[in-house]
Amino acid sequence: MAEPRIVVVGAGPAGIRAAEVLATHRLPLVLVDEAPKGGGQIYRRAPDAFRRPYAARYGFEADKAQALHDAIDRLAGRIDYRPSTLVWNVFDRHLDTVSDGRTGRIAFDVLVLATGAMDRVLPIPGWTLPGVYTLGGAQIALKSQGCAVGKRVVFAGTGPLLYLVAYQYAKAGASVAAVLDTSPAATKRRALAGLAASSGTLAKGLYYWAWLAARRIAVEEGVTDIGIVGDEAVRAVRYRRDATEKSIPCDAVGMGFGLKSETQLADLAGCEFSFDPPSRQWLPERNADGESSVPGVYVAGDGAGIGGADAAELWGERIGLAVAARCGRAPDAARIAAIDRGLASLARFRAAIDRAFPVPPPETWSDRDATILCRCESIRIGEAKAAVRDFALVEMNRLKAVTRIGMGRCQGRMCGLAAAELLARDTGQPLAAVGRLRGQPPVKPMPIPWTTEA
Amino acid sequence: MSERLEVDVAIVGGGLAGCSSALHLRRRDGAKPAVCLMEKGALGSQASGVNFGGVRQQGRDFAELPLAIRSRSIWSRLPELVGADCEFVASGHIKLARSEADVDELERYAEGAADRGLRLEMIGAGRIRDEYPWLGKNVRGASLAPEDGHANPRLVAPAFGRAARAAGADVREHTRVVEAARDGDRFTVRCAGGLEVSARFLVNAAGAWAGAIAAGFGERVPISTHAPNMLVTEPLPPLVTRSIGVCGGDVYLRQAARGNVVFGGGGEAWCDLALERSRPLTDLSARTIPKAIDIVPRLASALVIRSWSGIEGMMPDHLPVIGFSRTTPNLVHAFGFSGHGFQLGPVIGMIVDELIRDGASKSPLEPFDIGRFAAERRQLASADTNGG
Repeated sequence: MAEPRIVVVGAGPAGIRAAEVLATHRLPLVLVDEAPKGGGQIYRRAPDAFRRPYAARYGFEADKAQALHDAIDRLAGRIDYRPSTLVWNVFDRHLDTVSDGRTGRIAFDVLVLATGAMDRVLPIPGWTLPGVYTLGGAQIALKSQGCAVGKRVVFAGTGPLLYLVAYQYAKAGASVAAVLDTSPAATKRRALAGLAASSGTLAKGLYYWAWLAARRIAVEEGVTDIGIVGDEAVRAVRYRRDATEKSIPCDAVGMGFGLKSETQLADLAGCEFSFDPPSRQWLPERNADGESSVPGVYVAGDGAGIGGADAAELWGERIGLAVAARCGRAPDAARIAAIDRGLASLARFRAAIDRAFPVPPPETWSDRDATILCRCESIRIGEAKAAVRDFALVEMNRLKAVTRIGMGRCQGRMCGLAAAELLARDTGQPLAAVGRLRGQPPVKPMPIPWTTEA
Repeated sequence: MSERLEVDVAIVGGGLAGCSSALHLRRRDGAKPAVCLMEKGALGSQASGVNFGGVRQQGRDFAELPLAIRSRSIWSRLPELVGADCEFVASGHIKLARSEADVDELERYAEGAADRGLRLEMIGAGRIRDEYPWLGKNVRGASLAPEDGHANPRLVAPAFGRAARAAGADVREHTRVVEAARDGDRFTVRCAGGLEVSARFLVNAAGAWAGAIAAGFGERVPISTHAPNMLVTEPLPPLVTRSIGVCGGDVYLRQAARGNVVFGGGGEAWCDLALERSRPLTDLSARTIPKAIDIVPRLASALVIRSWSGIEGMMPDHLPVIGFSRTTPNLVHAFGFSGHGFQLGPVIGMIVDELIRDGASKSPLEPFDIGRFAAERRQLASADTNGG
C-alpha cells in the first residue's frame, strides 16, 4: 500500500514536533510554513545578519527555542520543507499555496494543521492610531528585528504575554511607561491560588511581575475604559481604576487581550467547531489523538485552542504518533500515555490562566460609536449598532453581509471576536448564539494572476 | 413548540423574489392580504445575496426584456420603496466584443432589443480606445446600455425583507419548510420548529430548492443548480466606470463604490443542494483571472481578498418559471432564475401581487409557464417508473 500523503501546515512548536515524529518513523511528509524560517511566532528567528544571542532574545525560553530551531534544522534536509509558503485554501483533499507570488497545490491524505495564534484585539478608542501595536507585534519587533516600537511604551490589555513583553522591553533598555492590566489582582490571586508554586511557568510570571515592580514600573490591575489618545499618533493612554480617571503620556502602545486561535484553515477544511466558553471563541473539535471531525485532518497547538508553547510541542508530538500509528507504525504506548499526562497537567494550568486573565466584557471597553470596529473596511461601532437594530440582525455572517464587518483584507481575524461580543451584548444573546464568521478563500490577500501548476 | 397562523398568502423562500413579493403584496392599495414569508436561513443568503450584483437589461433573452425594463424603473425608486439605495448605481453596462463575430452578434442583438424598447448604443474600436483607455487591447467594440448598472446584492433582499416587515408582513427567518400541501381549498405549510401556516395562496420562491416544492404538487421540473464563481479585489482607485460583460459570458466585472473590483464567470463552482453549501473552485478562479486581466489590465497587480459562491436554481432553457401552477389552483411559482434573477427581483414581487390580486399580470408571462416542461416531466416520471 502506498504511504498516505501527509502535509503539516505551520513550523512552530506543534508543527515541528509533529514533523519530527513522522520523519523518525520514516514517513514522507511535506512541511509548509508561511515564515522564511521555522520556529513559529513564539520562537521566531531573527534574520541571518542578526547575532543577538539566544539568551538575550528568548530569555528563560532560550533552551527551548534553541532545541526547536535545532530540530527544524535537522529536519530540513530530510523532509519536503517549504518555508515562505502560505496555505490559502483547503478543499477536496488539497491545499492551495502561494510562494513568492506563484500559486501551487498540494494533495493530502493526512493533514496536520498547526496554524498558531494571534493577539486578541479590542476596538478601544484610538486602537487604529499609528504607534499602536499588538503585544505579539511589539515582541516580534524586539525579538526578530532588535528594535522597540516606541521610545516610551505603555503595555495594555491582559494575559501573561502582557507582563512578558513589558519585561522584555524594559530589560532590553526601552522605557516602559506603565503596564495596564484589565484583570483585577483579586481575580488573579483566586485563580492561581490552587496552582503549585513549583509550576515553572507561574514562577516565571511572578518573576516578571516582581522584576517590573522592583524597577518601579507602574503596574495597574483591574483597569477599565482604556483609551488611546492622539490625533496623528499616540500621545497618551487614559484609563479608569477604582473610579479614578488617569492618563499616562507615551508614544507607543503594545496591546493584547490574550490570544486567539487561527482557525481559518480548519474551517475551510470543513472541521466541526464548538464554542469554548473560557476563551470566548469557537474552536475546531478534536479527539484525544488531535483528529478533527474530518477524518485525517488533525489540529495541533494553539491553532486548536490556546495552550501555550509547551502544550503545542506535546500536541505536535502526540499527533505525530497518532498519524504514525494510522500509517501502520507501532505506537509507543508509554510515550503517548506520558504526553497525555503532560497535556492534562498543562490544561489545568491553562484553565487557571484563563480564569486569572478573563477577556474583559464589552461593558468595560469604553466602546464609543465613533470608534472603528472593522479596520479593513472602516466600519465604526455606531454603524454596526445601527445595522443590528435596523435589520434585526442576530448572527455574525448577517452582520458581515449587511455592514462589511469582517469582509476586508483580514476577513475578521482582527475584529471578528470583538464584533461578536458587541452583537451578543446588543441583542441580549449569549456569545455562542451569534455564531462565527465563516472563512472564505483566500485566507490572506493573494496576488494575481494565479497559476495552477501542481 | 407549535404555532398556527392563518394568512392569505404564504411565501416559501426569502430571496429577493420572495421578499419583493411580500413587500408588494403588503403595499397594494385597498385591503392588504395577510402575508407570511418563511426562509430556512437568513434573507438573501443564497443566490440573491452572493451574485455579481448586475442590474442589467442588456443581453437578456428577448422574452425577459419586458420584465427587465419594468424592473429597471423600480431600481431607481429603491430609496422610497425600501428606504435604501442598496448601492445601486446606473453606471451603464457595456457588453464587450473580442472578435468581429462578437461585433456582429452585438449589432444583431441591439436591433432586436430596440424593437422591444431597449435602446443600446454601439461603440466602435476607435471610441473604445479614446473613451475607455483602461480596457485591454483585445476589445474590438461594445454595446452600451446607459441605464443599466450594478448594486450590492448583499443589501437588496434584506432591505426588501425589512420593508416588507415594516409594511406588516410576517417575515420568518431560520424557519425551514418541511412540507407544503393542499388542504381543501387552502394550503398548509409545516415548518421545522412547529410553525404551521394555513394560506389561501402559496408562492413558491424557493430558488434552487423550489423543485422539491413544485414536485410536492405533482409538478416535477428539470431544475438543476448553478453556483457562480465569484472573486473580489482589494479596493482600487476608481477605474472601471461601467459594469462589464462580454459576448460568451465567460467573465464579468464591476467596481464597487468602495473601490473593490468584483468579478466572476468561468463555469460552475462546487455546491451541494442537500448540505446547502457551496465553494468557489481554484481552477475556475485561475482561468477567470487572466480573462479579467485581459479586459482590465490594471488588475494584474491587484490582490484578491475573497472568493465565494452560492446556490441558484437553473432551468434547461435558462428562463425562470413565473406564473400559476398547472396542477394546483392558487399556487404561484417564481423560481429558476438561472443566474440572472437579481435585476428582475423587484418586478417579480409586483407580478406575484398582480397574479394573486387579478389572476393575471400586466407582464407577458407565457414564456415562463411551468407547462413548457410537460414533455420533460413525462420523461422524468417514466424515468422514475423505470428506476422502480
